[in-house]
Amino acid sequence: MTAKHFIAAAMACISLPSFADEVQVAVAANFVGPMQKIAALFEQASGHKLLLSSGATGKFYAQIKNGAPFEVLLAADDETPAKLEKEGLATNRFTYAIGKLVLWSNRTNYVDDKGEILKKGNFAHLAIANPKLAPYGLAASETLKALGVFDLLAPKFVTGENIAQTHQFIATGNAELGFIAMSQAFEADKLKNGSAWIVPPRLYPAIRQDAVLLNKGKGKPAAEALLKFLQSAPAKAIINASGYTI
Amino acid sequence: MLLTESDLQAIWLTLRLASIVTLILLIIGTPIAWWLARSKKWWKGPVAAVVALPLVLPPSVLGFYLLLAMGPQGPVGQLTQALGLGLLPFTFWGLVIASVFYSLPFMVQPLQTAFEAVGERPMEVAATLRASPLDAFFTVAVPLSLPGFMTAGILTFAHTVGEFGVVLMIGGNIPGVSRVVSVQIYDHVEAMDYLQAHRLSAVMLAFSFFVLLAMYLWRPSRSVK
Repeated sequence: MTAKHFIAAAMACISLPSFADEVQVAVAANFVGPMQKIAALFEQASGHKLLLSSGATGKFYAQIKNGAPFEVLLAADDETPAKLEKEGLATNRFTYAIGKLVLWSNRTNYVDDKGEILKKGNFAHLAIANPKLAPYGLAASETLKALGVFDLLAPKFVTGENIAQTHQFIATGNAELGFIAMSQAFEADKLKNGSAWIVPPRLYPAIRQDAVLLNKGKGKPAAEALLKFLQSAPAKAIINASGYTI
Repeated sequence: MLLTESDLQAIWLTLRLASIVTLILLIIGTPIAWWLARSKKWWKGPVAAVVALPLVLPPSVLGFYLLLAMGPQGPVGQLTQALGLGLLPFTFWGLVIASVFYSLPFMVQPLQTAFEAVGERPMEVAATLRASPLDAFFTVAVPLSLPGFMTAGILTFAHTVGEFGVVLMIGGNIPGVSRVVSVQIYDHVEAMDYLQAHRLSAVMLAFSFFVLLAMYLWRPSRSVK
């Protein structure tokens, strides 16, 4: 293939989807799994392509403020999108999922279905996400306070920077148990492995996860289509089956 | 005071970690470097490559494998449990061991270069004067390689201070145990506490600059004879 051919082929690749477009999406670490499924459906239905970046919402905030190319943000909380909206960096805010907290261990029959193990405290490490940074971490610490075991268990905390790292601590067995997002331990309404306690939502403030259209995606049909698709029945079915309610 | 108490705790922890790691690496890095400098065995190449691996590997890879290896199902974890030491992740000594791996090339490579520069000749002369190999090493090779030791020590110390990815993966961010300065800064930034992040970052920047400055000012006066 000559250089000319190559350039022609490359140009064809770039210009081929003239109606299809790419959308850069920043996704909260806890929502990556379901989002990949939603993305596949969306790409099939619309012909657009999604470029998903996963990470901590606080980091996305700093990056967006400093000119990151993201067009849509699916945050792990409702505060960050609200803040971006107030600062004139985002619009079209809505709640796409309400997260559920679980206490999870990779050992079978380890976590009981009432969370009594927290009161016994006979373990070396309890993994939680950093409450200062991650909404699921905050929910975990509020749960422990509501149960009156926070001070007792605080010396056993190992803190993940985000919910994905917290999951890793538990999945590798280095922490016996810990609080993560239900979406990480459950698939199609079934616990993937180990044992878990679904924490009653009355024990922690609701984890509302909001999505926004960022300024870079404004006026871009593909980005707006994605936000609409997130609120459609097929997307909601995936979200509900992945350990969230909406 | 511009720095908070937890910042100071992180600084103290970082200095303690870096000092212990440098000390351990002086002890185990020196024989490795000596062997690499003088051996003619075919497996010198593979050993040198393994020593240099942390230079190339992303810290996340190293941290991830250490987390698996030190975990309850990992070989290191099973060994430490069998010895009654418990598990290493989320402990200070776990960090020390991880940092020893991570900073190994920063100790070994400058030492190896220094030992190679000494060459065979002074050692042979020492041997004809009936110095035992060990005696010759300490009385001839070490004094001649002193600048190398200095460089290796400073680089190892500074590199451990600057460690981040590995600590993040296996540390668990526990105050006084694994929350080192780099992690503390990361937390400040993530929590959007940019002022505090600036202060601590400025301390790190000044520290790193002066360490390197000291090294570069010190070196020429010794190596140029």
